[in-house]
Amino acid sequence: METEIVKETLVLPKAMIEVATSAADWLVILPVVLALLASALLLMLRSTTRGQAVFAILVVMAIIVIEVQLLLKILELGPQSMTMGKWLPPFGISFSVDVIGASFALAGAIVTLVVLLYVQADIAKREVKYGFYSLVLLMLAGVSGAFMTGDLFNLYVWFEVMLISSFGLIIMGGRKLQLDGAIKYGFLNFLATSFFLAALGFIYGLMGTLNMADIAIVAADAPAGPLAAIGALLLLAFGMKAAAFPVNAWLPASYHTPHPAVSALFGGLLTKVGVYALLRTLVVLMPSAREFLDPLITILAVATLILAPLGALSQINLRRAIGFFLIGGVGAVLAGLAMPSMRGLAGASIYVFHSMLTIAALYLVAGLIERMSGTDDTRKMGGIYNASSMMSILFLVLIFAIAGLPPFLGFWPKLLLIEAGLGQADSVLVVALVLNSFLTVIAGTRLWSHIFWRNGREGKNSEQLNDRLKPLSKKDKWFGIAPTSILVVLIVWFGLFPNSVIDASRTAAADLLYPERYIQSTGLALDVEEDDLEVSQ
Amino acid sequence: MNTIIFRTIAPFLVAIMVVFSVFVLLRGHNEPGGGFIGGLIAASAIAIYGIAAGVSEVRKALKIDPLAIAGFGLFIAGLAGLLSLGAEAPFLTGLWTYFEIGNAKVALSSVLIFDIGVYLVVLGTISAIALALEENEEGE
Amino acid sequence: MEFALAALVGLFFATAIYLLLSKAVIRMLLGIAILGNAVNLLIFTAGRLTREIPPIVPQGQKQLIEPFANPLPQALILTAIVIGFALFTFLLVLGYRAYQELDADDTDTMRIAEPENAPRPPLSY
Repeated sequence: METEIVKETLVLPKAMIEVATSAADWLVILPVVLALLASALLLMLRSTTRGQAVFAILVVMAIIVIEVQLLLKILELGPQSMTMGKWLPPFGISFSVDVIGASFALAGAIVTLVVLLYVQADIAKREVKYGFYSLVLLMLAGVSGAFMTGDLFNLYVWFEVMLISSFGLIIMGGRKLQLDGAIKYGFLNFLATSFFLAALGFIYGLMGTLNMADIAIVAADAPAGPLAAIGALLLLAFGMKAAAFPVNAWLPASYHTPHPAVSALFGGLLTKVGVYALLRTLVVLMPSAREFLDPLITILAVATLILAPLGALSQINLRRAIGFFLIGGVGAVLAGLAMPSMRGLAGASIYVFHSMLTIAALYLVAGLIERMSGTDDTRKMGGIYNASSMMSILFLVLIFAIAGLPPFLGFWPKLLLIEAGLGQADSVLVVALVLNSFLTVIAGTRLWSHIFWRNGREGKNSEQLNDRLKPLSKKDKWFGIAPTSILVVLIVWFGLFPNSVIDASRTAAADLLYPERYIQSTGLALDVEEDDLEVSQ
Repeated sequence: MNTIIFRTIAPFLVAIMVVFSVFVLLRGHNEPGGGFIGGLIAASAIAIYGIAAGVSEVRKALKIDPLAIAGFGLFIAGLAGLLSLGAEAPFLTGLWTYFEIGNAKVALSSVLIFDIGVYLVVLGTISAIALALEENEEGE
Repeated sequence: MEFALAALVGLFFATAIYLLLSKAVIRMLLGIAILGNAVNLLIFTAGRLTREIPPIVPQGQKQLIEPFANPLPQALILTAIVIGFALFTFLLVLGYRAYQELDADDTDTMRIAEPENAPRPPLSY
């Protein structure tokens, strides 16, 4: 504005991007922007309930199309970046997306789409007016933003966006049970993000930057002691978010309280972001801190893997039991984090992808079961096999997928992880992974036989039919079983033809282990090389 | 709290605060100020009016649901970022245009639209929270 | 100066953790509020301290004149305060609602979602 006023010439270092940004580069940011704008629009028009559902579903479909394109582009050309406001990184906030970011975001959008279809069966007008669709889209924006951002402080902001929207969703309906769950969920998650923020303060104090690619460069020369302390703090914060042992108590206390569709959304999206952040920070940004913490991560992984299915065994509440399966999956990813080889990381990334789809589907089936039997107590559910054989198949497939039995998607990541463990002669983790599968099969099939195989309720003769079952209405079948089947078909399809997934996961693991391509995509490493050239000349 | 002095003065106070909040919003362009602080001032004006005149009175005066205002603010802030799509620049790049009214040179920018969005978001959310809390107290 | 602030951060953290360990929801809320301040102060201190020189570009200048305080931690804290404030108000309202509906300020008595002595699933089919 005042260019005429200042006469003296200033010598400023280059701070702005001078290359034009093509419309194709916007693929990186569009999923988040679209979700955010749609959420704002729906919040604005909360009182008009008609058309909200259709609009939200269309937006999520558009986001899925964009994310598929983005993923294909990344697989072909390597990680993609965009730095906001034309500032050069690390000054501007970057969005940097590599294979794991894009594929997790895609899985998140698919889960959101399925959940949006699923709620059509029983959503009340009151809940639409409350802002259900707006909150779901806000959560999708937060999750996609967290998977795609290339800046740690921005990651914190997306965490909070997720947290705010999840607060809104968990108390939707306002039953006493939900308030109870929300208190525990709210306090512990807020505590976790506070710890993350404290770690950010230390990172900034130590390295003077918060851009992820820049940290990956600077951390290589940073002193080991403080780095290890920061790593430990991040492990605590993200471990809490991911519900890893021993900071997992909030998850089984809260995830079964809201509407089943909300449970599915939480189970599919939220803990995965914590796991992703662990992979991103400890493997890519601070590998030396991860090495220092390796024994601890191994212990946590083993404990989570074994204790979670034991927790599931002792539950009579169906959705609480599923919550424990979810925690077991976090243990598997931690096992990958403890074995940062190509195989281990590839296994961990496929596991996250698989777990997002499977856990969400499992919660959705659980919602249908609860709707039919009118209770959340597995002892009173018996006899559903007679009423809906389709549901019994879905449930069994999902249980086997969670446990990691072939031919479902869950088998491949477990196989890769066990291969990685055998390669490193890491026998404890291998035993824990196999034991986890074993216990999960026991817990899951027991649930199945109580809910589906038994003819009647617990305490009655097995021949006596359960007379309290309500058959599903046509609407329930169309909007309940059909969307869930989409997820199950995906799980079976990728289980039978895993080549594309495994190839993608190899690229993902390579980018995690050797982040040069990731750093270069932001334009940072190139600058360093130029400086080096000048110095050597 | 609800004395006659307060009730008489409140409308004037609210008017002054809202005008001041807009001033702070526009000043934030090159000097301390901006949408966030402006929005806070406006929201506190609404909270004061709520204490003095009652929540239902405020809702009538606002005409629009506060959260809808926040949604609108978020929407135009996002749109301001999208404008740079046309200018071959990354998301949220500030775009400027100048034109003259009489002798004064007026600068308009996408940054200003973004800041107005922030103002509305803050105004909407904070007053929604404040009104909800005040309603709670009145209910007892 | 750094030392004093670092000690203060430690004190804040200690107070916050002490309050968070309490059974009463209202104390936990206070703990959360103090924890937020502790973290913000930590970021501020970690960003190095410069006294009494605000990072504002003077009239007629194009850039800041050295020395000036580091503006980045201040921006980070501002963002964190706003977010923390929003979440804190939510938790406050939630705690209040829980107090009204569950008639409990004591987390030990909040066992609706996780019933105490819940029966175990049957061992047979």
